[in-house]
Amino acid sequence: MMSASANPLLQYADLYNEHSATINNCSLSPLNALRASALQVVVGQQLPARGSEDYERTSLAEMFAPDYGLNISRLQVTADVAAAFHCGVPAMSTYLAVVVNDTIHLSKSLSRLPEGVRFCRFSDLSETDYEWLAGYYGKIAGLSRPEVALNTLLAQDGLLVRVNKGVHLSKPLQIVNLMAGGNPVMAVRRLLVVMEEDSEAQLLICDHTGLGAVECMSSSVSEIVLERNARLDLYDMEEASDATSRCSAMYVTQQEGSHLLIDEITLNCGRTRNDFDIRLEGEHCDTFVGGMAIGSAHQKIDNHTNIVHAAPRCHSHQLFKYVLSDEADGAFEGSIYVAPGAVHTESYQSNRNIIASVGARMHSKPQLEIYCDDVKCSHGSATGQLDQEALFYMRTRGIPEADARRMLMQAFMSDVIDSVRMPGLNDRLRQLVDRRLSGDAAHCIDCRHSCADDASKQS
Amino acid sequence: MTKIVSENNDTSRSQLDPTLSEVTNGDYKYGFTTDIETDILPPSLNEDVVRFISAKKGEPEWLLDFRLKAFRYWKTLTMPRWAHLDIPEIDYQAISYWAAPKKKEGPKSLDEVDPELLDTFNRLGIPLQEQKALAGMAVDAVMDSVSVKTTHREKLAEMGIIFCSISEAVKDYPDLVKRYLGSVVSYRDNFFAALNSAVFSDGSFVYIPKGVRCPMELSTYFRINASGTGQFERTLIVADDDAYVSYLEGCTAPMRDENQLHAAIVEIIVEDRAEVKYSTVQNWYAGDAQGRGGVYNFVTKRGLCRGDNCKLSWTQVETGSAITWKYPSCVLAGDNSVGEFYSVAVTRGRQQADTGTKMIHIGRNTRSTIVSKGISAGHSQNSYRGLVKVAAKADGVRNYTQCDSLLLGPDCGAHTFPYIDVQNDSAVVEHEATTSKISEDQLFYCNQRGIPTEEAVGLIVNGYAKEVMNKLPMEFAVEAQKLLQISLEGSVG
Repeated sequence: MMSASANPLLQYADLYNEHSATINNCSLSPLNALRASALQVVVGQQLPARGSEDYERTSLAEMFAPDYGLNISRLQVTADVAAAFHCGVPAMSTYLAVVVNDTIHLSKSLSRLPEGVRFCRFSDLSETDYEWLAGYYGKIAGLSRPEVALNTLLAQDGLLVRVNKGVHLSKPLQIVNLMAGGNPVMAVRRLLVVMEEDSEAQLLICDHTGLGAVECMSSSVSEIVLERNARLDLYDMEEASDATSRCSAMYVTQQEGSHLLIDEITLNCGRTRNDFDIRLEGEHCDTFVGGMAIGSAHQKIDNHTNIVHAAPRCHSHQLFKYVLSDEADGAFEGSIYVAPGAVHTESYQSNRNIIASVGARMHSKPQLEIYCDDVKCSHGSATGQLDQEALFYMRTRGIPEADARRMLMQAFMSDVIDSVRMPGLNDRLRQLVDRRLSGDAAHCIDCRHSCADDASKQS
Repeated sequence: MTKIVSENNDTSRSQLDPTLSEVTNGDYKYGFTTDIETDILPPSLNEDVVRFISAKKGEPEWLLDFRLKAFRYWKTLTMPRWAHLDIPEIDYQAISYWAAPKKKEGPKSLDEVDPELLDTFNRLGIPLQEQKALAGMAVDAVMDSVSVKTTHREKLAEMGIIFCSISEAVKDYPDLVKRYLGSVVSYRDNFFAALNSAVFSDGSFVYIPKGVRCPMELSTYFRINASGTGQFERTLIVADDDAYVSYLEGCTAPMRDENQLHAAIVEIIVEDRAEVKYSTVQNWYAGDAQGRGGVYNFVTKRGLCRGDNCKLSWTQVETGSAITWKYPSCVLAGDNSVGEFYSVAVTRGRQQADTGTKMIHIGRNTRSTIVSKGISAGHSQNSYRGLVKVAAKADGVRNYTQCDSLLLGPDCGAHTFPYIDVQNDSAVVEHEATTSKISEDQLFYCNQRGIPTEEAVGLIVNGYAKEVMNKLPMEFAVEAQKLLQISLEGSVG
């Protein structure tokens, strides 16, 4: 174990140095190619401390400090996937992949993927595709952040979504991430999404912690490329346990005319840090990033966004809502950057928070950085409580206070839920939020097999 | 000269071109130096310099200790780099830390004050002379480092109000100064506060006794005159229970090629039910169009609302300085206390400003309002940076923040960095910010009514800043309005 003051990443660097041969042997050349430079960053850079700019409430050093186990020999985790996880989003027909820690299981549904769509492991690619993979892998995320460099240093496989030119996927793709195992473990997850010209897809990612899992850590890096006029809706839902730490970084580049929708939904978690780095590189891009977080007990939820308007005539909108109770700790740090020459940019950002009990805290830092005059940009942030008059009104109509509070919170979250465009998912989300707010665990015991069943029905 | 490079140069925009380019070309009105004999210490900074300053001012032992502690602490610090500013390396050894107008026998009346000095102040428009006294101001003018003259002192003394230079206060009211100096901004606060605490030369001291409403506006003018010098003044204002004071501060500096450093501290203590209104019109020399010269304005301003039901209001019009680093703040410790911050910051040429406020809510039912208006032109960068913090025990806190930025020209930048930290569940904290250029619709509307583009821009900018200008005391509002006009010369009617 490392002392708190030392760089906790060094333990992983040591581990890499000891086992580099094993790690490389169980991986592909495009992934191995970046390890040397990743190692330099891991050894050379410190993780940002709590309280430093953009990390006001999150200590990545604390997150990475425990001596997590890693599955570097790629032992197959033989978890009974269907029985073990509670997916909160059942009864939906999706193409499903299940990731237990960082071992990827592809469901039979994937054999029925339409033509022009690849949804597979990196390791399923043939060697002729390696060059193509190397053209994207690590190129969008880069290695500037030490936590991303660590992921790049240790990642041995990942999931690939590639939708060819002009292909419109009618059914959503779904990834269920599951933390499992009786030991402290770190999952190193990697996702690459390449949406070629005029393609369209929806992707749902659900993060869960298995019932038996103890302290665990998920380090994930997603790289997403939207080429001309591509459309992607991405829903990322976390419904994990208190003992789970999550450090997720999502990097997106958008080309001309592309549309991106991201909804980040944190229903239950331990410590969560989500980074979104979105670059609008072509004209007429449209981006919506929504976020919804419900925190209770000692949960920590930290979302950080950075939207870079590098091209003219793009539109972006961010909307993040938090409900915090007990001693939950929320943070939102978002920025809009408009580069010189990015005229006719329209960019909005809104962060609304409800602090529902005495010990909860919220830190909000919405930022604008604008180097071009012909723009319309605004941001707003408000932190407060439920409207007492509305509560009173509802009570005078005979609604018990607890129900009234829940209804108001539900209503507060509704504009994020309404942004969901996946059929069935918004209704389901409403139910989940309702359960979560009424204090029940959001996972649906009654549906524990449904996701996998659905998936298998399709296969 | 601003060059507009844009693909969609429509007509109204191209009409605006000459207007906007003039914005960056407006000359600095206060760019004259005064040829007064000055007593300058050679540039360098060490303990001997600190001791020299202290000795020169005949300070007591405790103050020298304070300075030395600050200096030793300063030596352990490095210059802060977190602001959105591109600050060139500053050689603190190349600055003279003592530049005083040479002391002849102390002037007994205005007639004895060096006429050239009076002329300087006249050109600054300071109402130092008799006819200006009708304006009802008491002025303490600080030139380079030393307080030159305080007017109306006797009249104020009748009411028990102390308004004098801080060095006089150290001699005459050592207990008060000792009690309050460094109590709001400690020498350990930040790099520039430590530097100021070590080498501060003079400044103003105001004490308003219990229950006294100061009948006139108190005013200080700061001016850096000698070349290669820094100005490190320190202002300390204490408003005792039920007191009221409105305090004005104006700043100018002559045109010089090299950069001058200004690192000041303002400390304000507001007791039960007292009210302090602090207004600043800052117009230090901003450097030329290529960014040569200009004043580095690194100021720590903070007020402690210690008493219950008290109020502190900061109003600032910032048009000068090559680089501004300034966050007038309120620590709202007393229950029901109120903090306000109104700011207009104009940057043009190569100016950089990172300015804003901190509202730290500690007491119950404390309220704060922040209204910040930024105007950027030329190649300048203008940032708002503000903190609203609600401590865990501060129940019933209310904050409203509005911060707007106006961009005049394609090469400037406007940035907003608000930090909102709420640790109490009964607080309501709101922040809103918008950034845009002058609406072409509004311009078109004015043109259509026969108002030329230039006047229309002036009209719109004035309207935009009005919310803040209205908060300035009358005498200052006129000057601030003029300053805004000079700053945007050519584009403002």
